[in-house]
Amino acid sequence: MLGLLGAISASILAILLVAAPASQAASPAPTPSPSNQTFQNNISGFLRDDTRAPLAGVTITAKSGDFTGTTKSTANGAWNIGVPQQGTYTVELDESTLPKGITLAEGQENPRQVTFSQTSNLSVIFAFGKGIVVEQQNFGQNLLNRLVAGLSFGLLLALASVGLSLIFGTTGLTNFAHGEMVTLGAVLVFAFNAIGLPFWLAILLSLLGGGLFGYAQDRGLWRPLRRRGTGLVPMMIVSIGLALAVRYVIQFYFGGATQQLPFAQSPEIQLGPVSISPNNLWSLGISAVVIALIGVVLLKTRLGKATRAVADNPALAAASGIDVDGVIRLVWITGGMLASLGGILWAYYRPGVTFDMGSAILLLIFAGVTLGGLGTVFGALIGSIIVGIFVELTTVFGLAADLKYVGALFIMIVVLLFRPQGILGRRERVG
Amino acid sequence: MDFGFILASAAGEIFSPTTAAYALAALGLAVHFGYSGLLNFGQAGFMAVGAYGFAISTLTFGVPFFVGLLIAVIASSIFALLLGIPTLRLRADYLAIVTIAAAEIVRYIVTTNQLTSVTGSANGLAAFEGGFYSMNPFPEGSYFGMNNRDFFIRLVGWALVAVCCTLVWLLMRSPWGRVLKGIREDENAVRSLGKNVYAYKMQALIIGGVLGALAGMVFTLPRGAVQPANYGTELTFFLYTCLLLGGLGTVLGPVIGAMIFWVVLSLTQGILYGLIESGAVTWLNTVQAGQLRYILVGVALMLLMIFRPQGVFGNKKELAFA
Repeated sequence: MLGLLGAISASILAILLVAAPASQAASPAPTPSPSNQTFQNNISGFLRDDTRAPLAGVTITAKSGDFTGTTKSTANGAWNIGVPQQGTYTVELDESTLPKGITLAEGQENPRQVTFSQTSNLSVIFAFGKGIVVEQQNFGQNLLNRLVAGLSFGLLLALASVGLSLIFGTTGLTNFAHGEMVTLGAVLVFAFNAIGLPFWLAILLSLLGGGLFGYAQDRGLWRPLRRRGTGLVPMMIVSIGLALAVRYVIQFYFGGATQQLPFAQSPEIQLGPVSISPNNLWSLGISAVVIALIGVVLLKTRLGKATRAVADNPALAAASGIDVDGVIRLVWITGGMLASLGGILWAYYRPGVTFDMGSAILLLIFAGVTLGGLGTVFGALIGSIIVGIFVELTTVFGLAADLKYVGALFIMIVVLLFRPQGILGRRERVG
Repeated sequence: MDFGFILASAAGEIFSPTTAAYALAALGLAVHFGYSGLLNFGQAGFMAVGAYGFAISTLTFGVPFFVGLLIAVIASSIFALLLGIPTLRLRADYLAIVTIAAAEIVRYIVTTNQLTSVTGSANGLAAFEGGFYSMNPFPEGSYFGMNNRDFFIRLVGWALVAVCCTLVWLLMRSPWGRVLKGIREDENAVRSLGKNVYAYKMQALIIGGVLGALAGMVFTLPRGAVQPANYGTELTFFLYTCLLLGGLGTVLGPVIGAMIFWVVLSLTQGILYGLIESGAVTWLNTVQAGQLRYILVGVALMLLMIFRPQGVFGNKKELAFA
C-alpha cells in the first residue's frame, strides 16, 4: 500500500498542475470557440510555407457526422480543433483564406480524411508552395525502418513481460495488474518532472516507486493470499480487481488527457540506412542492456540460481534452504522496476502518457509471454521481440494501422493451437 | 440533497434494460465459470458479436428482426467454437488469455476504419431497432411512469432473463448439468467415466456465449446504437463483479448480482453528486466522482474474491476452485 500512497501523493501534485491550465481555460479567452477547450481529442498542426514562415489566419474545418469544428491558425501558424471522439474526420483547409501567392503544394489532398489511431492527438500536415514532393519511401527502406522500430518496441515489451514471467514462474500468478505497473512508471516520471525535479531524478524516483509498488503488492496482498492458500484462479480475479482499482485511481489524479514527458518530440535521424528517432534508439539501447543484465544475474549469480530453483519447484527449493518468500519479494520488486522502466520507454514510443497506456499493451505483454512459454524468462524475451516486430511489420505488409495489434493477438492464438507450451515452454505446464 | 430522487433513480436501476443485459451476460458467465469452471474473460466479445451480428444483419442485409436475432445467435456460437477448439484442452489461464485476446480482436475489428461501411468504425451503428419496436403491442401512453417503448423493452428484457434462468436451472439439474459440475470438480474423474469432457466444455461455452450474445442485443436495443467503446475488457470485469456478488454456481445469483451492482453504482453516483452540488465535498469534481465509483468496483471485486468468494447466495462447496 506504501507504493499506492506514494503514487497518490505524487499524482496529487500532478493533478494540481493539470488543474492550473484548466482554470485558466475557464476564463473567457478572446478568440477560440469554447468547443476547442472542452474536448480531450484534438486535431492539430502547424501551417508553414515552403520557406518555413508561419501562415496565420487560415481557416480550417473538421467534420464528422453532425459535428463541425472550425478554427483559424494563430500567429505562429499553429491550429487546433477539439473533437468529441476519436474517429474519422474530414479536414478541410479553406484555400481562399491563404495569404496571397501561397497555394497548397501539388498532390496535397484537400479536403482529406484523417483518422485517429491510439492517441488523442492527431496532427495533420499541409504542405505549401511549389516543388514540395512528399517523400515516398521505398519498400525495402520502409521494411528496415519498421524492423528496427519493432525491435525497439519488442524490447520495451520484454521489460514488462520478463517481470510478468518471473512473477508467474515463482508464484503461478497471472497478474492482470501488470499493465497498471507499466502505467505507473510513466505517470510517476510525469508527476515528479511536473513538480520541478530534474529529469534524471524523476526517472530514478519512478523506478524506485515501481519497485516499491511491487514490494507493497507482494507484502500487502499476494503474500497473505499465498499464506491462506488461495487458488491461482481466485488470485487472477483479485489481480483484475486490483487492476481496475489502480487504473481508476491513476485516472482520478492524472485525468483522462494525454500528457507528454520532456524531450518527447524527437525528429528522426539518419543512421546508416535506417532512419530512427533518437528516443527510439535510446529505448533500444537501454532495454537491451537491462535485459542482458537480468539474463546475466539469472544465469551467473547465486540469487539467479535461487530464483530459477523457486520457479522450478518452490517446495524443493524451500527444502534446500532457499528463502522462497525472500526470492518472491525480490522478484516482485524487480518486476515492478522493470515494468516502470518499460512504462517510461512506452511513453516515449507512443508518444504520450495516459492513464490506460499500460492496459493498452497488457495483452501484447501476455502475447509475448504466452508465445515464449509461460514462466520462462528467455521465452518471454523472445516472444516479446517477435510480438513487437510483428506489430510493426504488419503495417508494412498492408494491414491498416488501427489493426496492427490484431495480428499479434491472432498469432498468439494460432501458436497455442500448434505449440501450446510456447517456444521455450515445457509441456507439463500446459495441463 | 434530494434523497427521494436519489433513491428513486437507484430503484429504477433494478429493472432497467441495462441491468437485464448485465444479468443475462453474467448468467452466461455462471454457465462458463460457475458451473463448468471455464475461465472466460471474453464475455464482452460475445456481447459485441451479438450486438453487431444483429445490427449489421439488420442494416446491411435488411433482414427482419427474428432473422437478425438468429444470425446473432449463430454468430456467437461460431465465435465460441473458434475459441474453444484451440483452448479447451489447455489449462484455465490459457483460456482466460485467449478469450480476452479474442474479445479485443473483435473490438479492434469493429473499430477499424477499413470496415467503416459495415461497422461504422468508432462511431458504431444506429437506427436498427425499428423492427423491434414495430412489434410493440402497447399503444402510446404511460405505463408505471414509462413510455410504451421503455416499458416494452423492459418487459422483453426481463422476460428473456426469466426464460434463460429457467432454462439454465433445468439444464443444470439434468444429467447433462451434473456431468458439467463433475468436470468443474475433477475433469479426470469424469473422463475416466467415459464422458467426452471436451464436447461438454464446448457445449457449455456455446450456451454461455449465446446468453452473452442475447445480452448484447438487450444492451444495445434501448440505446438504439452500438459502439465499440462499450465492449472493452472492463465490461467483462464488471460482469465478473456481478457474478461474484450474487454467487458463482447459482441461477439467480448473477441476476441479483447485476441488480446490486447497478443500484450501488447509481446510489454512490447520486450521493456523490449531491454532496458535490451541496458544497459538502470540494475535493472532487463530478468527473472524478464517476471514477471513484469504478475504484470502488475494483476494490469490491478484490474484497469479494478474498473474503466471500461464494457471493451472497452461493454455496462454498460449489466453487469452481478450491
